[in-house]
Amino acid sequence: MFSKKNKQQTRRLSSGGLINRSKPIGFKFDGKPLMGYDGDTLASALLANNIKLVGRSFKYHRPRGIYTAGTEEPNALMALRTNARIEPNTRATNIELFDGLEAKSQNRWPNLFFDFMQINNLAGPLFTAGFYYKTFMGIPGWHFYEHFIRKAAGMGSTNLARDPDTYDKKNAFCDILIIGGGPTGLSAALTAGRSGARVLLIDSSKLLGGQLIWELDQIDGRPAFQWIESALEELKEMKNVTIAQRTTAFGYYDSNVVNAIESVSDHLPTPDPHSVRQRLWQIRAQKVIIATGATERPLVFSNNDRPGIMLASAARRYVNQFAVKPGNRVVIFANNDDGYKTAVNLAEKDIDVRAVVDSRTHVNQFWKTKLDKLGVELILGSAVINTHGHFGLTGIDIASLSSDQKSIGSQSSFMSADLLAISGGWSPNVHLYCHAGGRPQYEASIAAFIPGVRSQSEYPAGASNGAFSLIDCVTEGTNCGSQLATELGFSKTIFSIPKTDEPTVTPIKALWRIPGKGKKFVDIQDDVTESDIKLAHQEGYISVEHLKRYTTLGMGTDQGKTSNMNGHAIMAEERGEAIETVGTTMFRPPYIPIAMGPLAGRDIGQSYSAKRKSAIHNWHHENGAIFVDAGQWLRPQYYLRNGETNTTENMDVAITREVQGTRGNVGMVDVSTLGKIDIQGADSGEFLNRIYTNGWTKLAIGKARYGLMLREDGIVFDDGTTSRLSEHHYFMTTTTSNAASVLSHMEYCLQIHWPDLDVKISSVTEQWAAMAIAGPKSRDVLEKSIDEKNLSNEALPFMGVKQISIDGIPALIFRISFSGELAYEVNVPADYGEYVWRRIMKKGKTDNIIPYGTEAMAIMRIEKGHVAGGELDGRTTPDDLGLNKLISSKKEFIGRRLLNREGFIDPNRPKLVGLIPIDGKSRIRTGSILVKDPNASLPMPKLGHVSSGAYLSPTLKHPISLGLIKGGTDRIGETVWATSPLHGETNEVKIVDPVFYDKQGERLNG
Amino acid sequence: MIRIKCPYCGLRDHSEFNYIGDATKLRPVNPEVANDDEWFDYIYVRDNPRGVHQEYWQHITGCRSYVKVLRNTVTHEVLKTGLPSDDLLFSYEAEK
Ligand SMILES: [Zn+2]
Repeated sequence: MFSKKNKQQTRRLSSGGLINRSKPIGFKFDGKPLMGYDGDTLASALLANNIKLVGRSFKYHRPRGIYTAGTEEPNALMALRTNARIEPNTRATNIELFDGLEAKSQNRWPNLFFDFMQINNLAGPLFTAGFYYKTFMGIPGWHFYEHFIRKAAGMGSTNLARDPDTYDKKNAFCDILIIGGGPTGLSAALTAGRSGARVLLIDSSKLLGGQLIWELDQIDGRPAFQWIESALEELKEMKNVTIAQRTTAFGYYDSNVVNAIESVSDHLPTPDPHSVRQRLWQIRAQKVIIATGATERPLVFSNNDRPGIMLASAARRYVNQFAVKPGNRVVIFANNDDGYKTAVNLAEKDIDVRAVVDSRTHVNQFWKTKLDKLGVELILGSAVINTHGHFGLTGIDIASLSSDQKSIGSQSSFMSADLLAISGGWSPNVHLYCHAGGRPQYEASIAAFIPGVRSQSEYPAGASNGAFSLIDCVTEGTNCGSQLATELGFSKTIFSIPKTDEPTVTPIKALWRIPGKGKKFVDIQDDVTESDIKLAHQEGYISVEHLKRYTTLGMGTDQGKTSNMNGHAIMAEERGEAIETVGTTMFRPPYIPIAMGPLAGRDIGQSYSAKRKSAIHNWHHENGAIFVDAGQWLRPQYYLRNGETNTTENMDVAITREVQGTRGNVGMVDVSTLGKIDIQGADSGEFLNRIYTNGWTKLAIGKARYGLMLREDGIVFDDGTTSRLSEHHYFMTTTTSNAASVLSHMEYCLQIHWPDLDVKISSVTEQWAAMAIAGPKSRDVLEKSIDEKNLSNEALPFMGVKQISIDGIPALIFRISFSGELAYEVNVPADYGEYVWRRIMKKGKTDNIIPYGTEAMAIMRIEKGHVAGGELDGRTTPDDLGLNKLISSKKEFIGRRLLNREGFIDPNRPKLVGLIPIDGKSRIRTGSILVKDPNASLPMPKLGHVSSGAYLSPTLKHPISLGLIKGGTDRIGETVWATSPLHGETNEVKIVDPVFYDKQGERLNG
Repeated sequence: MIRIKCPYCGLRDHSEFNYIGDATKLRPVNPEVANDDEWFDYIYVRDNPRGVHQEYWQHITGCRSYVKVLRNTVTHEVLKTGLPSDDLLFSYEAEK
């Protein structure tokens, strides 16, 4: 992809490292072509190319460089890849280099070296904690400033292109889950695995071994990597052990569930064919060993953020793992032995290490001797008090530190350096322990928070448990794996604990901040300084949780991995209290930023929600249906004919055709989506009596009845028809939208209120295909279609139901009507739905039968004043809807007791009426508010609202609507105004009877 | 993430269930005799306890049973499950 010339990698060591020098890799940073090697991360490749400046800081836009070598990286955030695959805020330290990789720095404009917003740095004192709140909140125009402020302070941005990659989800189960494949995790896996327990070991890296991959430690007298190799060899032989690499546990949830993200293809330019980009693991384990290690902390001193300042362990890692020389003139500043380890490591690789500055006054002879031999100056009892350089470090100032660490000597000395490696100690990675519900406790001997009481089945071990030495890690891991396996009933194993060669440790001396002027960054990602914390304290913030939100400490994408401990300790000092009293903020999932893709997995697009198609769907599709979503169902909204394109005009043409065809001759609509519930048992009638408002005990076999259901609070819940098929067998229909909730409601009543009733119910919605045939010729068409041939008023009267056959197919036929016409509803087994539909269409051809959709159905029901979804809106009572005749006074039923409460019998409640526009043509928008005077002063008194409407009644030749208005039908003849201020529409409407058409119901008889 | 033991189907993921609500509220046995306060309490008043709570979950994509669940609202731990007629709190306390 790019030229393979290797002229730029000036900082690459000539030998060593876990990189493959025979596999060079070309990549681009901010458009500039560069080279690295297989095995590099983006960060190590940038350092190899001597690129120090990789970003601008969040608030002050200060130049920033690569600060760490791992997940905790606060600075080197990149927009990775381009176009639809662009991913903002990725950490360069975690990105495995691949051929053709393109990365862009963020938060700079127009470029890294000339950044316009750097002015914020000069205006620094202004941008203190709470600046934006104090300045912009509460004054008019925040909505105006917000855009610019967010742009200036923004992190990376993405685009709206559809993600071309796919993502998977996976459920995993094991006896023991081990999170982290370092010395602790591997030791635990060995003993747990040998016992026979099902072990799942997950690790976020490409290579197992954790820190041992790049440290120079010895185990059992040989290099640590050899110990890793033999451990992996043994583990891979065990059938009960599964190892998942590039898999990061990011959350520990209730019920001992751990979620992890597997980066299946992030190390490739694009995923392999048929492969996913990432996979979300949901892991259920009996026991979880947390072996997630620890994170090194920086030290807080003036201008501690310049490019060229880096964590000490990171410097070691770049040298050992990537053969990259992070500096030519190195100074190390530490308050613990990690500084010495780094100094010796680098110096032994022939890097010029000038000095170790140790804030402590004492260190053991082992390190002293080593430094002497390597010619590294040792400066004890001192601190780095300031740094120099703009786009890269040029030197540091060193001064002595008083014994209480509160003041510095008046004399400071300058030392030239281009790399300052710092170590403020290590913080155990207690994140997953916190997610599980644990509260970390302060441990003064290591100056860090460690896990405390266990809240689920989580077992922190090794460095994540505060045991930092290698010997402690392998010991805790070995014992923990063995012990947990034994607890789970697996056989005890014989093991020995490996030996290491570590020098004795001189204890850390906590050093939370170094006196001095200038910005001292605590949270380097969010640009939170020591003075911000002081200010927050002065302004009365005491709780660390409030401190966090006020200063944004630890609120960046790194979640304060390098900053929380220092920030909370400084707060404790300001308060003059112990760190354990002040406490720490809780870590919440996710441990690392997670893309939305794997959370959604395959549940996107068509797969987001199930699509339900009726048994007759194919016919609709072939015959010009335009479909509309009705919940999960696809229903024909209307049917276009040959040559008609789907325009608003043609929709009106189709709907008019369908209504007129039905009222004039005969039409058929697919009503398979109605909820259907089969009810059986000796107490079925009594049950219906209790859940419907009207009486059911006297319903004759072979008869159907309209029923109204209320909620327990008296509000109308659902309506439908229920038929009695035999002595103890009923067939209920519900509205399409309430099918599921009515079934659950009935099950609740049967299982919880009245378990003594002998009733069994079952949903049969999908078992029956249903079609309504309506219109004056419906009887003629059906008589031609069915085997019995006789549907006279005597054979099947209004509200009658019959079991018949159609071409030998068993069917239920109901004489019920929603359209107000002579009408029937035919139910057949779903598998025969399409066949029967086609048969009726064929037989009805000479009668000009027409299929109609939900629009025509809705218009005809409004013409008849039937209530539906718009009126059953969860706020209306039976009386509001003119349904009081369905309220039986002779029995008890769900919702009865609260029907007569004050609010329900208020005569001022809005009640159902019909509405027509005065001008006979204005379309009244559903949801419009009804008012007396559209020019009344605000707030305008509301009389009611428009609940549903037909823009055109083909029968009446003008728009009609239903609405609820105070006074209801008493106001018939009055005019009011329907207004929709959002749309700027106001129309005068006349109040009429809600039944617009065939008030006497004569058409029901054909 | 929690799992619920359905008395009929065994231990199942909570995604198979619908949360229904407080299981301590009983519908007045004699609806006509119960006074307004009793009805008000039954329909509208729900405690929001911190700790142990008896509630109904319906095994909606399983056997459709209403399952009584004793759950700790702080930890989400499911302490006990049973039939709607079971007094889980009583048996839980008794076992402790
Ligand atoms: Zn079940």
